[in-house]
Amino acid sequence: MKKPIIKVSTAGSSRERVNDSRRRFLKTGGIALVGTSLLMYGCDVDENETFNTADLHGEDSKGRKVFNLGKGDFGILNYAYVLEQLEAAFYTNVLDGAYFAGAVAEERLILEDLYKHEVIHREFFKTVLSTIRPSTDVLPDLEFDFTSIDFNSRDSVLATARLLEDTGVAAYNGAGPLLENATYLLLAGKIVSVEARHAAAIRSIYLSDPTAFAGDDIIDGNGLDLAFDPQTVLNAVEETGLIVTKIIGRNLPKG
Amino acid sequence: MNIIKFLDEFTSENLTKKMSSRREVFGTMGSLSKKAALAAVPFGLAGSGKAYAQTSKAHEGPLQLALTLEYLEAEFYIKALQSGVLPSAGKAEAIYSQISKHETAHVEFLKAALGDASIESPEFDFTAGGAFDPFNANFDGAYAQLLALAQAFEDTGVRAYKGQAGNLIGTPFLKPALQIHSVEARHASEIRRLRASFIGDPLNEDALGWITLNNRGPGMPAATQPVYDGEENVVQAGVNLVDATNFGAVAVSQSYDEPISGETAVAIASLFIVS
Repeated sequence: MKKPIIKVSTAGSSRERVNDSRRRFLKTGGIALVGTSLLMYGCDVDENETFNTADLHGEDSKGRKVFNLGKGDFGILNYAYVLEQLEAAFYTNVLDGAYFAGAVAEERLILEDLYKHEVIHREFFKTVLSTIRPSTDVLPDLEFDFTSIDFNSRDSVLATARLLEDTGVAAYNGAGPLLENATYLLLAGKIVSVEARHAAAIRSIYLSDPTAFAGDDIIDGNGLDLAFDPQTVLNAVEETGLIVTKIIGRNLPKG
Repeated sequence: MNIIKFLDEFTSENLTKKMSSRREVFGTMGSLSKKAALAAVPFGLAGSGKAYAQTSKAHEGPLQLALTLEYLEAEFYIKALQSGVLPSAGKAEAIYSQISKHETAHVEFLKAALGDASIESPEFDFTAGGAFDPFNANFDGAYAQLLALAQAFEDTGVRAYKGQAGNLIGTPFLKPALQIHSVEARHASEIRRLRASFIGDPLNEDALGWITLNNRGPGMPAATQPVYDGEENVVQAGVNLVDATNFGAVAVSQSYDEPISGETAVAIASLFIVS
């Protein structure tokens, strides 16, 4: 079952963009209105307000597609699904790149496994979330922009992989305590340790320091790994520019 | 708390009874024989920790189990580094040193978290009654055993923390437990890959940083099989992921690590606990 892909208009000249967004505004007043309500969410600090599914999809003031992850445990699952979609899309591109094609056997094996694992995680969320809620509540297939990554370059690929895997670990560690349902917590736990295994392997092949797999840059004096709250992760992900869709995590539970 | 008493209390039989009466009824002698039988405790008994969850100190059982496993790991790595078995000044020594630092920090962190409810370190026997000789620099197979035991301890740690996470919901200890859990997984990945490299089999599907099916991997002693039983699961949240994806059971099983119960973790650790 294919989910609708969020299409983002390709940037042409600035005049085309202006015309395009104006035409879209005129044609799709409904979406523009939803966008307005999303913007109003920004002024709304009442986190207990009932979540309105009408706010799930829309556009922001820059004409970007917007998806609100929602609230509660389901919002956290949507959030995890964002990260799994990103990782899966990244490794799919890695396997099409020249670096992978010419990599030594061990690195090829690791990257191919990571590709499989992340796609499996993505498909898991896609299938399970749709059984819990109506498909309109579920994160749609995101569109990505990987133009900042050189998939022919070992350095570019492994540096990005390291960032994504470390971020994934920190994200799950930070999100786990926000879950109320023990079943979801266990599922997150089953995934995060595999992400940590990935992170260690990527760091091990990419960095020369033999302690990098669990290096002092990420593990603190108590022997604890990173844990980031969702908003920190979403802000960091947005800064990478890899996800075209604007993700709203404002309604997610807070610690 | 005495380690034997703690191990006793982690059996399902005790968890279904009032703990206070258990403490009075069983003396240390009875407990010792009980502990000796722990290795034979069938896996998959009633979920552990439930009885604790109903008390106001719900975190104590899970954290005491964690502390027991951390004591085991911390002492193992210290002795490994002192043994002269590891190739000196090499990659292995750097890896073991880094892991040792973390496991010792975990012990201190958990002791501080438990306060008066901390248990004392058990006395360990890393030969498991003579089956292994990992710290003997004059024994040719010692390094392979150091790697095998490290792999078994790390993979056990990952599964044990995962199994206890649900018992820590609503406590301030869930987050740090998760933060330790992922560090154990990083350790496991690195030790597994170091071991694969040592045995000259780094491309073996059963010796990667992640666990394939319930395969303990080439060169792993049969005694470590309980560490891997159940890891072959391919059904998550009721979804058979072999059916739902284009990937087979190998990749699907690798993609998810499975928990173990408190009883299973105790049974595995008990192989190395004297008293």
